[in-house]
Amino acid sequence: MGSSERTVFENPVVEWIDSRLPVFTMMQKEYGVFPTPKNFNYLWNFGAIAMFMLVTMIVTGIVLAMHYTADVTQSFDAVERIMRDVNGGWLLRYMHSNGGSFFFIAVYIHIFRGMYYGSYKQPRELLWILGVVIFILMMATAFIGYVLPWGQMSLWGATVITNLFSAIPLVGDSIVTLLWGGFSVDNPTLTRFFALHYLLPFVIFAVVFLHIWALHVTGSNNPLGLEPKTEKDTLPFHPYYTMKDSFGVVVFLLLYAYVVFFAPNMLGHPDNYIPANSLVTPAHIVPEWYFLPFYAMLRAITFDIGIPFTDIVIISAKLGGVITMFGSLLLWLVLPWLDTHPLRSARFRPLYKKLLILLVLDFIFLGYVGSQAADATLLGIPLSVFGLIATGLYFAYFIVILPWLSKNEKGRELPASIHEAVLAKNKK
Amino acid sequence: MKKHLLILLSVLLVMPLGVAIAGGDAPEAEHQRWHFDGHFGTFDRAAQQRGLKVYREVCAACHGLKRIAFRNLEALGYDEGQVKAIAGEYTVEDGPDDEGDMFERPARPSDRFPSPFANENQAKSANNGALPPDLSLIIKARHHGPDYVYGLLTGYEEAPEGTTLLEGQHWNKYMPGHIIAMAPPVSDDQVTYEDETPQTVEQYSKDVVEFLAWASEPELEERKSTGIKVLIFLLAFAGIMYAIKKKIWASVH
Ligand code: HEC
Ligand code: HEM
Repeated sequence: MGSSERTVFENPVVEWIDSRLPVFTMMQKEYGVFPTPKNFNYLWNFGAIAMFMLVTMIVTGIVLAMHYTADVTQSFDAVERIMRDVNGGWLLRYMHSNGGSFFFIAVYIHIFRGMYYGSYKQPRELLWILGVVIFILMMATAFIGYVLPWGQMSLWGATVITNLFSAIPLVGDSIVTLLWGGFSVDNPTLTRFFALHYLLPFVIFAVVFLHIWALHVTGSNNPLGLEPKTEKDTLPFHPYYTMKDSFGVVVFLLLYAYVVFFAPNMLGHPDNYIPANSLVTPAHIVPEWYFLPFYAMLRAITFDIGIPFTDIVIISAKLGGVITMFGSLLLWLVLPWLDTHPLRSARFRPLYKKLLILLVLDFIFLGYVGSQAADATLLGIPLSVFGLIATGLYFAYFIVILPWLSKNEKGRELPASIHEAVLAKNKK
Repeated sequence: MKKHLLILLSVLLVMPLGVAIAGGDAPEAEHQRWHFDGHFGTFDRAAQQRGLKVYREVCAACHGLKRIAFRNLEALGYDEGQVKAIAGEYTVEDGPDDEGDMFERPARPSDRFPSPFANENQAKSANNGALPPDLSLIIKARHHGPDYVYGLLTGYEEAPEGTTLLEGQHWNKYMPGHIIAMAPPVSDDQVTYEDETPQTVEQYSKDVVEFLAWASEPELEERKSTGIKVLIFLLAFAGIMYAIKKKIWASVH
């Protein structure tokens, strides 16, 4: 990093520092003049928005941690004390609990943007993979964070999810014991979860750094999916995109603030205002909304898979569910090799575009299935049947449809360059 | 772009679905108009004070309110002297003193409402094995809390034909599963109001919910009034940012 060419600065202090540690040169290069395609739409704002949310989570989280106590007899009361007695404590906590949700909203849109415009394709595979790693780490962090207030959903959500690992052959039970620090979700679980909840956001921060580093090697993709060819195709990052990103962040902040101030418990579950009680199981155990599609895939496998006509079970229903759930994420990791179509942007791939929209609807439907009780029905048919079908469609999209489209979809003709496409659009 | 917006919207629409599942087979309680509803909602001080009276004279026999300190009652419009007087009517355990003994003394404003039972087992054994929950958070701990608790208090009915109720069980329209161990707690004219407010079960229920809603969310008024200011600020800020962005981008294309 940065030992190559250095900018000369007029300010003597800046120049003194920069000649010894060229941070100003780096900022200038990576955020000042950094050539950026000029045709971004507003979907390109969500990276900056996600970064903003990460910082918000870390700042509010650290202040919460100053008032929080990780102990099964005290955590619930500690959070209530934050809500009632700490100055501005309710605001901190509502910013943090809803901040998790808005972080996920931003990142889900960010991921969709990547899929729609083929941002994962050569040469951005590693950039994409780092993004998926961030998403997985976020899921772990949020899941663990939800345990900290030690309400009923904290305890029972943690019990259901950590129990999953026991389905893994051979090492499963040891993993669960390690997660629990004992024989059930209890005090040792809570204290280690707090330690991890403090740690993981900084790991995320480090991976975000790598993600952005990789981005600055390949440069950004854009709605046309064309690589910039000449200077006419790009703009310096500052002031064009610093300004556009700031505007986007403020608009997003507006929605976030609305929920924090006027519906702070809309996205939460009321049961989490009941202190955890290992003797009373809640009627429905539901995870936070951002996990629901994956939770539905987990519950979609309700049957053992074995050798037909014998009693031999190779994959139990539980293990099947776990494999399905983790598999659904692993597919994202290998996406660059499932979709090898030479065109990036869905704009030039009408069929791909329609099917991707269907995937999004399928995913949202899975979220609905995940939110319902396990024995719920739809139109008189058990919902789990729909869950299985929707899960099947999800996997088919990645494993069958994408490779097939890669070979067979014709695609539309590309414009000659970003610049020309922008000119043509402005003429209309 | 329209399509993207559509997708964004549908995601936002589905999210609340995750939390909108109703409990059990009980119908959703009817929506009441609450003074604290809406973006400018505030608590009705008079109703809160009446609700406190209902809580103290009725519910407190079985339900604690352990997260509320007497000093918090100043938010209901009482002055320091009144709060002191209310606290003084309760005794709390304190200690140990210099000899190492626990002793009882009148409560001070900094004390919290004492709970009616020493522990959960005592509470259960006094209530046919059912635990009366602490009411400090009850409004936030139920779906559509204010409507639900109001519905519960006014929702006692004759059990339908064919249902057998055990000793100490009652039938309630809104309780999940319909069977509740709490006897109808209030009846008309049970609590004496000092003004002309009707002394009916409906009015008592409304007032006690107004009070309990505050107990659950004491920050509600501050939250909403701050929220309005924050939104106005952000709207103006977004407008300025948009104007600058437009100006900077004017020369591009
Ligand atoms: C004689 C004791 C008694 C009195 C007085 C009483 N309750 Fe209860 N209450 C109970 C018991 C016992 C339960 C637990 C019921 C159950 O779980 O079946 C309960 C449960 C509740 C619940 C929770 C229902 C649920 O969804 O789980 C609420 C809310 C409630 N009471 C409100 C009140 C209010 C408000 C008052 C005062 C107007 C009051 N109670 C007075 C004994 C009492
Ligand atoms: C990746 C960023 C983060 C995410 C997604 C996240 C997510 C969450 C979630 C979902 C909760 C439960 C909220 C609730 O229902 O109350 C929570 C609680 C908590 N988090 Fe975080 N968090 C993040 C970063 C941090 C950081 C950096 C800290 C600093 C130590 C922190 C400290 C806490 C504390 C103390 C609680 C318990 C208090 C409470 O529940 O309000 N968090 N977090």
